[in-house]
Parts: sequence; structure tokens; C-alpha cells
Amino acid sequence: MENKEAGFSPELTAFILEWKDKPGNLIMLLHRIQEEYGFIPRSAAETLARMIDLPLAKIYGVVTFYHFFKTSKPGKNRIAICLGTACYLKGSQDLIDEARDLLNIEGDEVTDDGLFSIDAVRCIGCCGLAPVLQVGNEVFGKVQKDQIAEIIAKFRT
Amino acid sequence: MVKAKINSQEVEVAEGTTILEAAEKFHVKIPKLCHNDDLEPWAACGICVVKNGKSPKLLRACCTPLEEGMNIITTDAELVQTRKTVIELILSTHPDDCLACPRNQECELQRLAAEFGIRDQPFPKRLRNLPVDDSTGAIVLNPEKCIRCGRCVKVCQEMQDVWAIEFLGRGEKTRIAPAGDVKLGEGPCIRCGQCAAHCPVGAIYENDQTTEVWEALMKTGEGERTCVVQIAPAVRVALGEAFGLKPGTNVTKKIYAALRRLGFDMVFDTNFAADLTIMEEGTEFVRRFTAAGVGAPLPLITTCCPAWVDYLEKYWPDMIPNFSTAKSPQQMMGAMIKTYWAAQAKVDPAKIFSVAIMPCTAKKFENSRNETMYSSGHKDVDITLTTRELARMIKQAGIDLVNLPDENADSPMGPYTGAGVIFGATGGVMEAALRTAYTLVTGEELKEVAFTSVRSMTGIKEAQINMKGTIIRVAVAHQMGNIETVLRQVVEARAAGKETPWHFIEVMACRGGCIGGGGQPYGCTDEVRKLRIRGIYDEDDVSTYRCSHHNPYIKKIYTEFLEKPGSHKAHGLLHTHYVARPIYMK
Repeated sequence: MENKEAGFSPELTAFILEWKDKPGNLIMLLHRIQEEYGFIPRSAAETLARMIDLPLAKIYGVVTFYHFFKTSKPGKNRIAICLGTACYLKGSQDLIDEARDLLNIEGDEVTDDGLFSIDAVRCIGCCGLAPVLQVGNEVFGKVQKDQIAEIIAKFRT
Repeated sequence: MVKAKINSQEVEVAEGTTILEAAEKFHVKIPKLCHNDDLEPWAACGICVVKNGKSPKLLRACCTPLEEGMNIITTDAELVQTRKTVIELILSTHPDDCLACPRNQECELQRLAAEFGIRDQPFPKRLRNLPVDDSTGAIVLNPEKCIRCGRCVKVCQEMQDVWAIEFLGRGEKTRIAPAGDVKLGEGPCIRCGQCAAHCPVGAIYENDQTTEVWEALMKTGEGERTCVVQIAPAVRVALGEAFGLKPGTNVTKKIYAALRRLGFDMVFDTNFAADLTIMEEGTEFVRRFTAAGVGAPLPLITTCCPAWVDYLEKYWPDMIPNFSTAKSPQQMMGAMIKTYWAAQAKVDPAKIFSVAIMPCTAKKFENSRNETMYSSGHKDVDITLTTRELARMIKQAGIDLVNLPDENADSPMGPYTGAGVIFGATGGVMEAALRTAYTLVTGEELKEVAFTSVRSMTGIKEAQINMKGTIIRVAVAHQMGNIETVLRQVVEARAAGKETPWHFIEVMACRGGCIGGGGQPYGCTDEVRKLRIRGIYDEDDVSTYRCSHHNPYIKKIYTEFLEKPGSHKAHGLLHTHYVARPIYMK
């Protein structure tokens, strides 16, 4: 199978071929592609469509249904702010507003330098630390609005 | 069998029958919206809720099977209120511009709102500001009006297997759109218009070009334009529905009369061009089938259906050599109007405005599909209107279609044979071709011209025709989703070095053929399709001539102008070519 357009790595290609005929494979495959690219590029979706013989529309239906999947490239640092019940009650919406203000971006936008994007996520599993914010794999608990600038600065370098 | 009660009435139905089907069988009406007879129910809208005995749970009648001993209540004050709330919720995201909507008075949501006496809208409006997509030139998608019932998506994916549209996003933000943020015209859409024919509201509709036709008609009076019109086979058995007639009522002669009253100078019939298509395509088939065509690929595949042509170019480009090069009747008529007729009538073809009335939205695309659609040196067909648009023009003009006198089409391209009229139904092109091919192959005339084995609503039909010892194997497929099975067998036989399973294949993109086209009056079900098909074969049954090659005007056009079928001149005007195209242009 040729994958020139999307330039799939041999590992990714092997993974897709392994899962090709297994029922319910699409989500798994999309996870893997997003792991590789950070989002689901259109060309990758098209290549995947050909490889597993599925209409592109079907893939986009799934990709756009789940908030987790992105169709555009996110920032180098993805700031995930939890909007789960505990975090929300502890004021995490203010954290999102503050981060968006400081970075001057809205929704799924990415900062001009490509460094940051903000995701409003649901529970990330540490409600005791509410409100919680995560950048990459680093978790920040009991975050106050005035700490946001400091956290952003830490990842700017 | 299952015994149960619906509104206290004892009913007995086959196992698996839904509550909705059972109710309809016993003349109990349950309001519905997302449900459509062509599609499996999927419970999107929630209008059809009913109760079972004293249970407080509301069941969706469309997808809940009736079970033994159920005591179904289809209406009470609470159910009416629930349904009304559902309608109010739908209206909260639906614009209120009914007066200027393409579906005004033909909208299923509007009708429900009227039936439920909606007077105020308690929920705040949350309209979605989404852009209109008119990129196909044939159908228009206005997502703002979409109620997300999902019919179009199911039609496009399940019936047609085209996958031009999908639900994107989720929840309140769900919208119907092509994948990957392309426009409809840049993706897999084949413009068959089945989405438009199935949409209950004004979210997908044909690109209305009646204004352009009115403008041209205005110029005829001033001698600047000569307006010539043709009507397709399937239009005549469906247009009447827009004027209260039963589906299948043949109003051919009233359409001619109406077209003259609209201001057209010449009224021709596409059925004549269908006869011409048979002469060209039948000759092409026999040439490929007999020794003369050694090396020419079989099966020959019909190309009258522009949605099918589009599909094949995108999905099966390897089969292009199997495509008949004969143009569709619409385009043959267009070419003949601006050459043969123009010369005969001494009219400057540059001043001719050629309009085609078609059951089809894809025909709007076909008329400028490639440079061969300009074979007369001008655009052979300037505008294609659907049956629905013609109905609109007749209503605008205040013409009482039903009470018009019967009139005839104009010579020389009006008179047609029974073979021409059956083009509008699935199997019709094949049958018409076989009637002429028989004579071409055997040199004899058929005694019995009806090939009933290619008729019926079965998705894929096969037949073997014995032409005095020569066996011709044919297949007929309609409804785009059915074609893959047929082509796959052809491809597999070829790959295995075996003989082709069929010599001749007819394909029509819409269920039932053109009579079920995307531009036909709304409310098409299999029952309606069967009546329309009946209307077509009834006319064939009583036709004086039933084979295209018997049409005296066809003989005349070859003698006077085209020389003989497949001649150099015929090739220049009546044939086209195809090219592989990507499914996604962007």
C-alpha cells in the first residue's frame, strides 16, 4: 500500500494494516494518527480512507463528533483546562477566559507563534486538585487566575 | 403474527411490524417528520411518540415493533402537548422566512406547524449563521434551514452510496456538510438531487433557474430570442401531481399546451431524441457486439443518466471504455435544435434559447459538462429546469393545467415512439435498445416488442435475450447504491480472464429510474414510482410505433441531415467522451 501523500511512517502504516479489518477500528486508528501528527491532517484522513476502504465522509463524521480529535494543528503546548463539575465550581471558566485573554486566542485557535492552544476538557481525574490545568503532561492543581501568566511564561521558553 | 390494540382497536400484524406501520395499516395517523418510506426508521425527530397502556414511557412509533398484547395509545392531551413541544423546539433553530422559502406550501415542517396550531414560539430563537452552498449549480444546500432529520445523509450514503454529505460536529453544532470542509461541488456529489427530493424542509433544493427562463421568454416577443423547449419522458407522468392529479397521470399534451402559453416558440419532445439515442447507442452496441467491433469493450454501459456518468468518472474510471459515447437525449435534442432545426427554420442558432424540462437536477450540470455540450457552436441546452420548476412557472402564469386543451408537439422533433417514452423508467432504455438491436442483429422485425424481464422495481435485473440464436445478456441497475455489485462482477470476470457476465448494462442513478428523479414533485414513494411507471408503459402500449427505428421523423432526420447512425456527422453532434476525475477536487 502506497502512502506517499500523507507520508505515513512505516510504524503507522504497519499499525493501520494490523487493524485494517478489525471491527470498530476507526477510533483506534484515528487516535494513532493524532498521536503521530498532533491532529488529523486532511491528507492523512484521505490516505486512511483509501487504506481501510471507508468513505472520507464517514471518517470526518467521527473526527468531528469527538472533541478529542482535531482537524487543525494545535499549539506546541496544549493547555488543557478542566471544565468538569468540581473544576467548574472552583472557577475554571475564569482560568480559560484569562488564558484566552493573555494569549489573545479564541476557541480552537493557535497563537501566531504556534506555541499555544487551549482546550476545554472534561474531568482529567484529579478533582481533589480542582481547578486543574494541564500543559502537555504536566498537571497544575488548585490554580488561581493570577498564576496563569506565570504558567504560560514557563512554557514560552 | 402479533395481536395488540391500537386506540382500543384489535389489530393483528406480522411480527416485526413497527407501531407506525401497524397504525397506518389500520388508518390511524401518527404524526411523523424524519420518517420516510424509502429509508429505515432511525428515530431522529421524536414527533411519532406514543404510549403503551399506563406506562409513562413514550415510545417512538417509527422504530418500535408492535408486541403481543400491547395497548398502544396514539393520541391524548399529553401526547399532543409533547409533540407540540418537539415542533416548537425544532422551530427554535429554524428561520421563519416561509414566505420566501423554496419549500413554501410544500414543507413538511410548515405543515406540521399548521396542523398543531403553532401560534407562538416559547423557546428563544437560536439560528445558526451558516453559509449557503450553491457550488454544484444543480442543488443548493442551505444549512441554516436544516432540522437535522438526517434523511439527506441516509439517502446519499445508504441509497446512493455516494457519501457526499455527513453529519459533522455534534449536539447543537451538528451540521450536514461534505467531509473536509470542501464545498458540495468539490466533493463526491453526483448532483442526483435525491437529498433534495427527500429533504422535508427548504435545506436542500434544486437551483431554481425559472427567472432566467422568464427573462429569455420576455425577449421572444421582441424577436431577440427564439425560445425552444423540450420535455423529458418522466416529466409527463409526474407534473400532474403538482396540480392535484393522481401520480402517473399522463399530461403530455397539456404540458405542450402550457409551454406554448408560457411563451415558448417551439415545443419539442425529448422522447424524439430518446429515439435518436437508441439509433446511435443501438448501433454502437451492435457494432461492439458483432465482428465489426472486435476489440471494442463489452459490456456497453448506458450513459443517459448524468448523475451516473459523474459517478462512474469518479468511482470507476477504469470502466470508461465501456461507456456508450452516445449523448443523452437532452443533449442530442439540444444539438439538433441548434443545427438541424435552426437551418430548417432559418433561425440564427445564436438567437435560440434552448430549454429542457427534466425530472433531474444533474441535467443542470450535464448541459455544460464538457466541450461536446457545445457541439452546435453554441451551448446546446441553455437551461435545464426540473419538473418542480416547470410546475412553479405554470402556477406563476396562472395556467389551469388540468383544463387546458390537448395540443401536439411541433414537427419535426415532436413525434416519438413507445421506445422513446419508456426511457423514463428503469429498464426502459434497455428495452428500447433491445427493440432496435433485435432488428439490427437479425435483420427482422420483432413480433412482440415488450421485454418485461427488464421492468419492475427490483434493484438489479438480469435477462437473456435470444435474438434468433444469438444470446444477449443484459443487466439493469437503478438507485446508485445498487451499481457496485454489477460492476464488481464485470471487473472480477475481466480480471479472471472470463467472459463478461453481461453484454449490455443500463444504469439509472435514481430509484425507479428518471420517474423517481431528484427534480420530480415531492412525496415520491415506491407506490408513486409504480404509478408513474405504469403511466409510461400505458403510453407505450397504445403507441402507433413502438421501436425507435420506425419513427418516420427519425428516418427523415437521418436522410436529411445525419446520414446514418454512427456517421461522422452524427459523431460530431451526438457523441461525447469521458474523463477520470478525482472524488475530491480539493
